[in-house]
Amino acid sequence: MNETKTATTDEIPAEPGFWRESWYQLTRNRAAMVGLVIIALFAILAIFAPLLAPADPVVQSISERMTPPLSPGYLLGTDDLGRDMLSRIIYGGRISLVIGVVSVGISLVLGGILGLAAGYFGGWTDRIIMRIIDIMLAFPYILLTIVIVAMLGPSLFNAMVAIGISQMPRYARVIRASVISEREQDYVLAERSLGTSDLELMFRTILPNALAPTIVQATLGVGEAILSSAGLSFLGLGAQPPTPEWGLMIASSKQFITTAWWIVTLPGIAILLTVLGFNLLGDGLRDILDPRMRD
Amino acid sequence: MSDNNPTQAPLLDIQDLQVNFHTRRGLVRAVRNLNLSINEGETLALVGESGCGKSVTAHAITRLVPMPPGDIASGSILFRGDNLLDLSEREMRTLRGSKISMIFQEPMTSLNPVFTIGTQIAEVFRTHTNMGKKEAFEKAVELLDLVKIPAPAKRAQSYPHQLSGGMRQRAMIAMALASPEPGLMIADEPTTALDVTIQAQILQLLSELKERVGMSILLITHDMGVVAETADRVAVMYAGRKVEDAPVEELFANPQHPYAAGLLGCQPSSPQNKGAHRLESIDGSVPDLLSIGEECPFSNRCPNASDRCRAGFPEKSEAGPNHAYWCHHPISNSGVAS
Repeated sequence: MNETKTATTDEIPAEPGFWRESWYQLTRNRAAMVGLVIIALFAILAIFAPLLAPADPVVQSISERMTPPLSPGYLLGTDDLGRDMLSRIIYGGRISLVIGVVSVGISLVLGGILGLAAGYFGGWTDRIIMRIIDIMLAFPYILLTIVIVAMLGPSLFNAMVAIGISQMPRYARVIRASVISEREQDYVLAERSLGTSDLELMFRTILPNALAPTIVQATLGVGEAILSSAGLSFLGLGAQPPTPEWGLMIASSKQFITTAWWIVTLPGIAILLTVLGFNLLGDGLRDILDPRMRD
Repeated sequence: MSDNNPTQAPLLDIQDLQVNFHTRRGLVRAVRNLNLSINEGETLALVGESGCGKSVTAHAITRLVPMPPGDIASGSILFRGDNLLDLSEREMRTLRGSKISMIFQEPMTSLNPVFTIGTQIAEVFRTHTNMGKKEAFEKAVELLDLVKIPAPAKRAQSYPHQLSGGMRQRAMIAMALASPEPGLMIADEPTTALDVTIQAQILQLLSELKERVGMSILLITHDMGVVAETADRVAVMYAGRKVEDAPVEELFANPQHPYAAGLLGCQPSSPQNKGAHRLESIDGSVPDLLSIGEECPFSNRCPNASDRCRAGFPEKSEAGPNHAYWCHHPISNSGVAS
């Protein structure tokens, strides 16, 4: 222990905190960085879509329908109604990213509260909540989503709610597990002995400590939510035409796969890249945030 | 303040406390018929081996005994005249951390790893007063200065893992002091996890703070060296029972219970070990709490044990003012039995 050494000097070395250290580790993880760059790219395209897109994504130009990629004026060609593919893909990114983030947000809030309550209180609270979660997990994921959308009515927002609800059980489980292990830590007892109430202990003391595994789950979840919403839109239960949503773009042009491959393929590639980005980042975060993987 | 002022009501008065644990193997009587009082400004050391009920007593005072399996079966804990066992959970919460606070054995794990220590101390102020964020943080820095952490304003920005064990224990003490009027500080083996030089510093700090803030300390320890340095009065516990209670000089000079004498004999620095080549030890080990009936729990290890000891736990006897013991065969006034 070099207590005396630090005790005599006023100079305190700027030691990195947990998150700064994690960021440093992240920059050294090549796969995660690739994922982050892909996500950043799509995020920039989405945020600045009106500035970057060469054309309006819903304006049709029947005379120029099914122009192949790399034609003058149409970098990625046009679709069956003569809409610019590049613009549609850029605008589609807006929708997909929002879907990913919002539906994961919904699952995080719902699953977080349920998992926290189950893990913290234990006993009957835990048993009741976890049995409900078990029942939800017993339904095939996509089926559950479709059922919820069918009940709420097909729309983009309802698709997000449905995806959020059906993904919620896994967050509840992850959070419950880490809350149970944190609950027994000395610092929780110490803070209780200083007069902290149950709610404060749950949300202020335990939750921040139990969040790391959830961040991994959430990052992977964004990719999956994008995929699910594309699937729902493909089935006609999500975004409605003429919204430039990637899944919908694939669905409405599937009959052209032999005649104009780019109309089907390009949105597919966009989905693939975004989901890949989130999965790479999620895997990287798992390695970094898992304490067992540290030194 | 004097060691023992009978005219003044004690700060904390525990009467006939019984704490049980319902386990799968049966009823464990962790604390039995415990009477304990701490006066204003006094440091009481609660001494005994692991598992003798010291920490359970501390947790009972703050009502942090996990229930179930724990159960405060009977007794009363009067704090400034109020029975803590009758308070609602909400009333108890306002008391914890403001008038009764605790510091723990493991400074390594007793601080929340994701917040800076300044934030954590400020949070205690904010729990108990309606102080603003900024003011609470300034108070936290003042406290870090009070517990002699160098460069407190900068250190307040540190996370627990950036501090050494001694520093963390200081931060824990600062947290326990984060109250407008600290009354009782329960220190549960505060120095066990620290190395010897830091131990002395922390004990010194606790004694200084006691004078300065005017609080009482319940010091839980198994280290007689720590007792000699810090305490005004000592209560010795064995297997859930209090076996001797005396002012510190009196206990060291004139222990009555064979167990208390044995504990003193285990210390390298105690008088009877001066020049000795081997340390004394107490033969045998602590009995299983499940198997103890009404007999004196020390009877299976005691050199003086008789059938009387195995028949029932002795009544209180007195060896002088404020010096009580519970033994059928006390060590005579001539000193430690050889």
